[in-house]
Amino acid sequence: MVDRDTINRDTTNGDAVNCEQVWREISNYLDGEVDGALRSAMEEHFKICTRCTSVLEGVRNVTLLYGDERMLEVPAGFGLRLEKSLEKKLAQDARQNERRWSPWSAWLVPLAALALVTAGVQMASSVAPNRVMRAPMAQAGQGIPPDLVVLVATGTKVFHVAGCTFIHNKETLRSTTAKEAIAEGYVPCLRCMRKYLDVAAIRRAEAAGEMEADADDEEVRVTAH
Amino acid sequence: MSEARAMANNPAQDRGAREQDLIARVQRGERELFYELVQPYERRVYAAALAILRNEADAEDAAQEAMLKAFANIRQFRQEARFSTWLIQVTVNEALMRRRRQRTVIMEPIDDRGDNDAEQDYAPRDFADWREIPSESLERKEVRQKLTEALATLDRKYREVFVLRDVEHMNIQETAEALGISIASVKTRLLRARLMLRDLLAAGWQQGWFSRLPFEKGTKPW
Repeated sequence: MVDRDTINRDTTNGDAVNCEQVWREISNYLDGEVDGALRSAMEEHFKICTRCTSVLEGVRNVTLLYGDERMLEVPAGFGLRLEKSLEKKLAQDARQNERRWSPWSAWLVPLAALALVTAGVQMASSVAPNRVMRAPMAQAGQGIPPDLVVLVATGTKVFHVAGCTFIHNKETLRSTTAKEAIAEGYVPCLRCMRKYLDVAAIRRAEAAGEMEADADDEEVRVTAH
Repeated sequence: MSEARAMANNPAQDRGAREQDLIARVQRGERELFYELVQPYERRVYAAALAILRNEADAEDAAQEAMLKAFANIRQFRQEARFSTWLIQVTVNEALMRRRRQRTVIMEPIDDRGDNDAEQDYAPRDFADWREIPSESLERKEVRQKLTEALATLDRKYREVFVLRDVEHMNIQETAEALGISIASVKTRLLRARLMLRDLLAAGWQQGWFSRLPFEKGTKPW
């Protein structure tokens, strides 16, 4: 064992660093982890200290020996076993993927069929002419002449024909056309509008009947002549 | 000289480009190329596992498991780090986890568990003339065996840092991150590991390179 007096002897020669300090920093010195001043001081020390030079060279040789690729030995067959285990893992993953896909593929067919049917029904209903609306509110909206003058009141959602007994907020009543009322979001009054439309239909039918009778009379007169 | 020709003349750059290409292809799904990607590092992976576990069978198991984990998580690898560093870190994590499990069964020596890096400085014992680099001696199997045995005598904390830094060539920051210790601890442990190994090998070097090992496995001559 080296005694401390010998170790520290170099400081008496005016060195910036002694042997102990050099040993403490020798690893950092090799790794380039010491600042310029310390590096210079250590290099000066190595010039005059054979022991520290021996330590430096020994540590450097240790790092070179152990850092050599030839030191990395693996047991015989290691690479082959590794390759096999990776192949096994690949095969396992492939099987898992198949199992994962199996229920999906079973569900995909009915899901796709359902989607096709739904899309077909929607397409057919969207292009079908003269769709029949069965709700009473919707029925009241059919056949309303767009330019029919109707009454609407602020704060309500319904438009009426004049004379309807179900008008609210009469103080805010104003007149507009049925087309504009519908555009503003009003819906026809179930009571007055249906009644109005029924009466209008009856009148149209009566008018048609009278015209037919007139035509028959005319025909009779022509035949009599 | 064109850039392409310069690249073609640089084998290291070629290997790097080839590795980048392999990583990208494996990440895109060509998983059968993974072994080709990791094959150059299988020795380093094994060495990292052995440094931590000290047992060849355990080290091989850990190395294989680490490779499988790297295989499963290859998409998580980002190009900011070196692939080799990432792979070694995965291996170190796997080996450390196994050692923690083993500790529940095997009690380690008290001096092997300590973390007192601030203990008294280690002083070199031998001042033999080392100026000749004995690199060619590594061709001899018995020399490699003696070096391996010397490394195995180091306490765990010194051995791990030394292997990651000087065998795996990780930098100090990477070594600290892989082992979960501070940079200062890495530097202190590395210094002691290097000095201790130097003393262990110096005697053998003087006597004709390990014709007789001056210590027995499992004992500390200092």
